[in-house]
Amino acid sequence: MIPAMFDYVRPATLEEALGHLAKYGEDAKVLAGGHSLIPAMKLRLSQPKVVVDIGRIGDLRFIEERDGKIAIGAMTTHYDIESSDLLKRSCPLLPEVADKIGDIQVRNKGTIGGSCVHADPAGDWPAAMLALDAEFEITGPRGSRPVAAKDFFVDMLTSAVEPGEILKLIRLPLTAKTVGYAKFTQKASGFAIAGVAAVVDKARKSVTIGVTGVAAKAYRAAGVESALSGSELSTANIGTASQKAADGVDPLSDIHASAEFRAHLACVQTRRALELAVSRLP
Amino acid sequence: MKTPVKIRVNGTLRESEVEPRLLLVQFLREVCGLTGTHIGCETGVCGACTILVDGQAVKSCTMLAVQADGSEVTTVEGLSRNGKLHPVQEGFWECHGLQCGYCTPGMIMTAVHFLERNASPSRDEIRHALYGNLCRCTGYSHIIDAVEHAAKKGKT
Repeated sequence: MIPAMFDYVRPATLEEALGHLAKYGEDAKVLAGGHSLIPAMKLRLSQPKVVVDIGRIGDLRFIEERDGKIAIGAMTTHYDIESSDLLKRSCPLLPEVADKIGDIQVRNKGTIGGSCVHADPAGDWPAAMLALDAEFEITGPRGSRPVAAKDFFVDMLTSAVEPGEILKLIRLPLTAKTVGYAKFTQKASGFAIAGVAAVVDKARKSVTIGVTGVAAKAYRAAGVESALSGSELSTANIGTASQKAADGVDPLSDIHASAEFRAHLACVQTRRALELAVSRLP
Repeated sequence: MKTPVKIRVNGTLRESEVEPRLLLVQFLREVCGLTGTHIGCETGVCGACTILVDGQAVKSCTMLAVQADGSEVTTVEGLSRNGKLHPVQEGFWECHGLQCGYCTPGMIMTAVHFLERNASPSRDEIRHALYGNLCRCTGYSHIIDAVEHAAKKGKT
């Protein structure tokens, strides 16, 4: 399996990359870590005429605390996140999710930005981005614009990043340890059949739940969130509320899991993610 | 449009003009003649093509040769020193960590990389590390023995 022919450019700066995208328009595709794009190109599902490799743009790969928020550059690898002491202290959901993505080799090369922009319905990051209310900074010919996580994942394999634009960084809140990620994995690929990220606030007053793998795009389990809002996070309450994890969604159905099974898994993983987060309450 | 690349493979600088669509594994096998790196599933799942790029284990079927331009690559051929096997290779030898051997170069390269990050792993950590390497002979427990052997050897 070999990709169709294409031209290759490797800009050194973001400005240069945007210049290439402006020049080649919809014929161009941005290459980040390549772990979504290259497989798609090998299957000829994607046949860009020009590949713009942003892998050498150094200032897109960082993890920092800025103005009371975490900022992560789009080219930061899953392993960078998995091994970050700053994140383990200040945004522990991210290393927990990163460790469950694919395998060592994939985590060494795949990037958080590439994965989010690709918007694979079975990718892990969207669940965490939604649960954390992440903000994406997208840059393009008209400057930068912020996009909230709830507006970023538009549809299956479609994010808010338009042709000509590049995702620059992701901003996330600092959180307590009270987070959890539970995932039912497709064993060969490591992708999520149902992955649920839960964030419980320290005051135990509210929870946020992001669900991936279940529907065409990741979603917030609003029914679960409202059922638990203001209520005691007891095992019984979590169990009852988790039953709403697939309410109002149209689950995917494929050889790995039927729609009915996926909806069931969404509920089970929601309960597990919440129990994990609550077990970490001080 | 061919693109020039300079890639240092097992210490030897290889310069070539390649089509951008040439996969790194093809560069190693067809341009460099290093056939120790195997092509298995070609979909990024099986790990048979695992090599080190700048010290990091990656699947060379899911990377373009042009992406490795300017990098240091290590393949299974580059592990032994002065005719002496690398501790991980020795572990596979001593513990019978292979049957047909097809997955072995990838298993070894992942294990080499993993032991650099974690020199004293538990068996569960070894299993987690080898998640992206499939063995169709299902000789997994001997493979884990082999990595454990190498870890112990590394400490003595």
